[in-house]
Amino acid sequence: MNKNLRIANNKFIDQTTRISFKFDGKTLYGFKGDTLASALLANNIHLVGRSFKYHRPRGIMGCGSEEPNAIVQVGNDASMTEPNSRATEIELYEGLEVSSQNCWPSVNFDVGAVNNFFSPLIPAAFYYKTFMWPTNFWKLYEFFIRKSAGLGKSPTEPDKDIYDHRYLHCEVLVVGGGISGIMAAKTAAKNSLNTVLIDDKNILGGTTLFQENECFKINNSYSNDWLKKEIESLKSLKNLTIKKRTSLAAYHSYNYLLARENLTDHLDLNEKKDKIRQRLWKIRAKKVIIATGAMERPLIFNNNDRPGIILSYSVKKYIDYYGVKCGQKVSLFTNNDTAYETAISLSNSGVSVNSVVDIRDKTNSLIVKQAEKLGIKIHWKSSVVNTNGYKKINSIEIMKLSDDGTAVVEKKIKEKCDCLGISGGWTPRVHLFTQSGGKLKFRDEGNVFLPDKTELDQISIGSCNGDFELDEVIKNSINLTNKFLKVSNNDYENLEIVSSKEIDKKNIWLLPSDKPFGKTKAFLDFQNDSTANDIKLALREGFKSIEHVKRYTTTGMATDQGKLSNMHALGIIAETTGVKIGKLGTTTFRPPYTPLTFGTIVGRNVGEFFDVIRKTPMHDWHIENKAEFENVGQWKRAWYYPINNENMHEAVQRESKAARDSAGILDASTLGKIDIQGSDSSEFLNRVYTNAWSKLDIGKCRYGLMLNEDGMVYDDGVTTRLSENHYLMTTTTGGAANVLSKLEDYLQTEWPELDVYLTSVTDHYGTVSICGPNSKKILSKVIPNLDLSNKEFPHMSFKNALIDNIRCRVMRISFTGEHSYEINIQSSFAKSVWEKCFEAGKEFNITPYGTETMHLLRAEKGFIIAGQDTDGTMTPVDLQMDWIISKKKYDFIGKRSLYRSDTIREDRKQLVGLLTEDPKEILEEGAQIVAEPNKQPIEMLGHVTSSYFSPNLNKSIAIAVVKNGKKLKGQKMFVPMRNKTINVTITDTVFLDKENKRLNA
Amino acid sequence: MFLINCPYCGERDQSEFTAGGEAHIVRPKQPTELSDNQWAEFLFMRKNIKGVQFERWNHTHGCRKWFNMVRDTSNDKIYAVYKMGEKPPIK
Ligand SMILES: [Zn+2]
Repeated sequence: MNKNLRIANNKFIDQTTRISFKFDGKTLYGFKGDTLASALLANNIHLVGRSFKYHRPRGIMGCGSEEPNAIVQVGNDASMTEPNSRATEIELYEGLEVSSQNCWPSVNFDVGAVNNFFSPLIPAAFYYKTFMWPTNFWKLYEFFIRKSAGLGKSPTEPDKDIYDHRYLHCEVLVVGGGISGIMAAKTAAKNSLNTVLIDDKNILGGTTLFQENECFKINNSYSNDWLKKEIESLKSLKNLTIKKRTSLAAYHSYNYLLARENLTDHLDLNEKKDKIRQRLWKIRAKKVIIATGAMERPLIFNNNDRPGIILSYSVKKYIDYYGVKCGQKVSLFTNNDTAYETAISLSNSGVSVNSVVDIRDKTNSLIVKQAEKLGIKIHWKSSVVNTNGYKKINSIEIMKLSDDGTAVVEKKIKEKCDCLGISGGWTPRVHLFTQSGGKLKFRDEGNVFLPDKTELDQISIGSCNGDFELDEVIKNSINLTNKFLKVSNNDYENLEIVSSKEIDKKNIWLLPSDKPFGKTKAFLDFQNDSTANDIKLALREGFKSIEHVKRYTTTGMATDQGKLSNMHALGIIAETTGVKIGKLGTTTFRPPYTPLTFGTIVGRNVGEFFDVIRKTPMHDWHIENKAEFENVGQWKRAWYYPINNENMHEAVQRESKAARDSAGILDASTLGKIDIQGSDSSEFLNRVYTNAWSKLDIGKCRYGLMLNEDGMVYDDGVTTRLSENHYLMTTTTGGAANVLSKLEDYLQTEWPELDVYLTSVTDHYGTVSICGPNSKKILSKVIPNLDLSNKEFPHMSFKNALIDNIRCRVMRISFTGEHSYEINIQSSFAKSVWEKCFEAGKEFNITPYGTETMHLLRAEKGFIIAGQDTDGTMTPVDLQMDWIISKKKYDFIGKRSLYRSDTIREDRKQLVGLLTEDPKEILEEGAQIVAEPNKQPIEMLGHVTSSYFSPNLNKSIAIAVVKNGKKLKGQKMFVPMRNKTINVTITDTVFLDKENKRLNA
Repeated sequence: MFLINCPYCGERDQSEFTAGGEAHIVRPKQPTELSDNQWAEFLFMRKNIKGVQFERWNHTHGCRKWFNMVRDTSNDKIYAVYKMGEKPPIK
């Protein structure tokens, strides 16, 4: 630490606790209470990065979240490293390691800095204009851009930290713990309102906290001493919750706000472990008081970006709060009174102030007089026309301004300095207000946008509402708060306030130089390197809208969202085009206000909590039997059961053969099940399915196809009539929730007259499916007293039965074309029934099979899978399932759409079978089908939707959709692949057992 | 993120609800008697208003009831919620 740069100041910084940290590999020291920025400055380190485009050296410029330059990479652990952190917001802790970004190979020697010499060649939109062509050069460009651009490094391993989300409800939320926010929070809480006060710093008080100046007094105390007592008094308020280190990220409609609380970022490395790092608060507030203050503007002049050029009030905070001198010989450059506070603070702390360069004519406010009394030199009506020093400022050049302020005149004075504090006035932080949908108004005085109309229950108070003088801040804040909360707090009546008043105001958006415009570099966006030149160039090239200029020049598009200089961009556009600023409109401020980590956004929803995992009752059995699983929606479904070293293909071939040769067993529990009851259930099914349901006998099952109102197939499944007014509908696994929602929608909105009740029972029952020629023998062992004869229990019927005295429903239905049964039983018994069936089937070599074999077996039979062979554009006619459309029914969902001009077209894509010329060749699902492979452009007639090698037919089979396919049966087609063309023939979709003999075998 | 006053449950967070498009589009009672154009009018045409709009919402993660809402799409202000079958409380 450079002793000369620290003053003895123990108010906020614990100068007895030394902390070591690493910056770019070098070990440095700071004190407890420092930010990384204040510690670096105390070590005389200003240069912390390079600018994006020209790679100019850039130094710390501010002291808070608006910092554009001091962007660093924190940590070097593969899972912990974090780019784009602002040095001004990082609280120093033991073990902190940071490195500068956007410099390669190092901050002091930067390859990209050569861009600076070529800078006339890199105007606005350089990247858009240059890197666009030739197109194939992009790969080359990208390498260099990525390498030299300051985007930081992403962690390469998963984040080990813990993040959290919580909800918070309150009557009043106060955002910002400066003087206004503190008074508002106190007022609310004292009036029995459940109040939350949040502030992004580790201490309340805002800038007033270190405002110790004769010119600002309340009841004969310094404003900071008065405020400290106010903060102290908050402790006794029961209704008040204070959250420090909590920054508001987003303000949405209906007073829904997101705030990020930093819990461990400031702790020593060894104290962070196993604690929640950051918490995202989801806040719903009845009323919101925004007291986010204002941020200081820079001034836009030639070479205003050198390290050592710092916002004036930040220079003041570093000396008054952190006890750090930003320099030994400081110059100040201002257009307003606040720089004199800085001059006085520096002077009182023993830093020599060269001079204050003020663009205004001589003014006589209280604070200016006090500065003069201290002997501080002032250059009135003057401007800094240039700065010198490459890696650190070493001098400034001062000239008098002409009367109209558009030029500089007289002799140039050179002044040596090692720091230049600049102040261009103040910009109210209206970002949250606009995020919430609020509309802004422009006030000429101070050139500020202020909150105007809002739909929400909220107010803005203090300097974010345009009050900059201490007495106005206090008076207006309390009046607005009282009115807003409909209370009358008279704590702050009759306060005796001394406050220096700014008498003269003057603003020049772009300050003139002795050099011609075009030869100067006056930076607007420090991070993205856009200059006043760029803005003017964009205007000359015809861009008029602020949003376009912004994108074209990338002004305000960096990680700081151009917080500092958006106003200057507007000002320069307004001046150049002769339009009033208020008429130009502002850019939109989008959340988050400051960047959020991904960890905070996702909270606990990582790893196994990323999504709900649904397991069937038999899940553990599948695991014990080495099943591979497939995700179907949220379900884990057994995919196949490899034995020894079988791969998927081998396992599926074996399973498929076994199911047809003897017996297979499948866990079908995931199929959607909807219990339908009520006297109009039959009529209801008539309306939702394409086929007729009124005549289905009790105890019978029927396959149904459900359409959307546009006539396209939506879902399918078997529904069983359990009793007169009671049905059990099954849906596809993935469609279950949507089908239920759709049915509820029709019942509630279109057909409220129907007496029908729907209940999802998917999770209530486990389903064991046994298929194959020996399935009957197996079931007769499991349920011996059930008559399984074809006469008593034919295909598509259902029986109630008992297994070990537990009631179950047995359906004789088939998705494989084999003789097969499905046992539905209460979930808690499903695994034992499964095991019982498996045990009973052992003598028949019963083979467990998964979804892949199920898909193969049904494809052999040409049964569709809704969602695989259909894609929301297939009608039942396209699927060649005309048989399932009732001709007699007057109406059902989608009926009218089946004869719209579009759905009766003959050349629609229709479902067909495909056989490859070479029976060993397996087509790829999704492969395109063409008739003339050599024609250009090649006409795609359709694509393969399902494809397998059938072990039961010993050949490859596929299902496809092909234009006009119905009429193309027997035709040869081609499937062009990357390195060959496969010859195929269009066939019927049923490949195996066309006569359905196996169903009764 | 809206705060929606479900007519059956009261105020709940928007995340519990699903939007269901324009309200008061009645499914024709005799679709088979409509021309292609008339059916298409029902099937496809929606107003998508910037301003006050009548729309359907479902309390999906709550009572699962469908209801109607009058909302200004330009500022998300909700003027009214009312049950299915009820007349809009405002025009
Ligand atoms: Zn509800």
